[in-house]
Amino acid sequence: MTTQPNGARPVTTHPVTAQPMTAHPVTAQPWPGRPYEEIALVDLLDRLLAGGVVLTGEVTISLAGVDLVHLSLRALISSVSTLATRP
Amino acid sequence: MTGAPLCYVYAIVDAPPHHLEVCPGVDGAAVTTVERGELAAVVSLVDRDRFGAESLRAKLEDLDWLEQTARAHHQVIDTIARQIPVAPLRMATILWDERGVAELLQANRPEFTEVLERVRGREEWGVKAYAVPVGPPDAPPGPAESAGGPGTTYLMRKRGQRDRARQAVQTGADLARQLHEVLTGHSVAARVYPPQDPRLSGRTEPMALNAAYLVAAADAESLRAAAARFDSPGLRVELTGPWAPYSFAEVSQP
Repeated sequence: MTTQPNGARPVTTHPVTAQPMTAHPVTAQPWPGRPYEEIALVDLLDRLLAGGVVLTGEVTISLAGVDLVHLSLRALISSVSTLATRP
Repeated sequence: MTGAPLCYVYAIVDAPPHHLEVCPGVDGAAVTTVERGELAAVVSLVDRDRFGAESLRAKLEDLDWLEQTARAHHQVIDTIARQIPVAPLRMATILWDERGVAELLQANRPEFTEVLERVRGREEWGVKAYAVPVGPPDAPPGPAESAGGPGTTYLMRKRGQRDRARQAVQTGADLARQLHEVLTGHSVAARVYPPQDPRLSGRTEPMALNAAYLVAAADAESLRAAAARFDSPGLRVELTGPWAPYSFAEVSQP
């Protein structure tokens, strides 16, 4: 993966304009009848740690050699007593 | 904080993201977009000390941090998914600065576009199924059984429980395979996750299926109905969603 491909489009601005968006607390229910808190952490982590676009390019901060999923699951298992005491 | 903040990237969306409303992100930071061409990255600034590679490594072992970050990451993506097509990034994708984000958009334009096209107008649904032992409840020991002595009765009862549990796993696995086949028929893509650790799920029954399905929004109802038809005393079927398409965002590595 290169950050300077042939025929690269001209960089319009540097630093790139970050357009502020309306940032406000979400008051609506995420999906019908399902508040965020009710989403089980374990279901969330299935997706967040094993899903999503994975970038391995040089632009990202290197977590090379770190198996995110493995690390996190180990953390979960070792903290299982903590988890079990949650409502 | 020492040094400039880092850029946490949540997701890629079509640019310009008109009227997109987003909740605060990780650590309560304001969420903004960085645009390049037809793509925009949804980002927020994070503390360099706390989100640098080294502290991340340590943080990933911290369940409270992991949960907070996961929920914040999810809230941003979930809020977007209810408004426009979204390609979620793996949790804790962190770049040095906004210029890096713009380069990322440019360097991965075909991959990001491919993911956005794949998920456009579609929803992810999660389906979990548990094999539950079914059968007559343990009969109280009658006179005939008692004849063999209390030890024998106990052993026979234990063996009966064990056999039923084994059978349930077998039947559950068969049913779960059928369920997966049927749901795949309703979907444009399917992904099977490993069964969740019972210590994390808090469920004692063996997990016979842990899968995600990408369906056209219009087909979500038929997927739900199909999953519900498999829900039985021997196979508890649970549906979650709709999710942002986390499970269907893989890109083919260049």
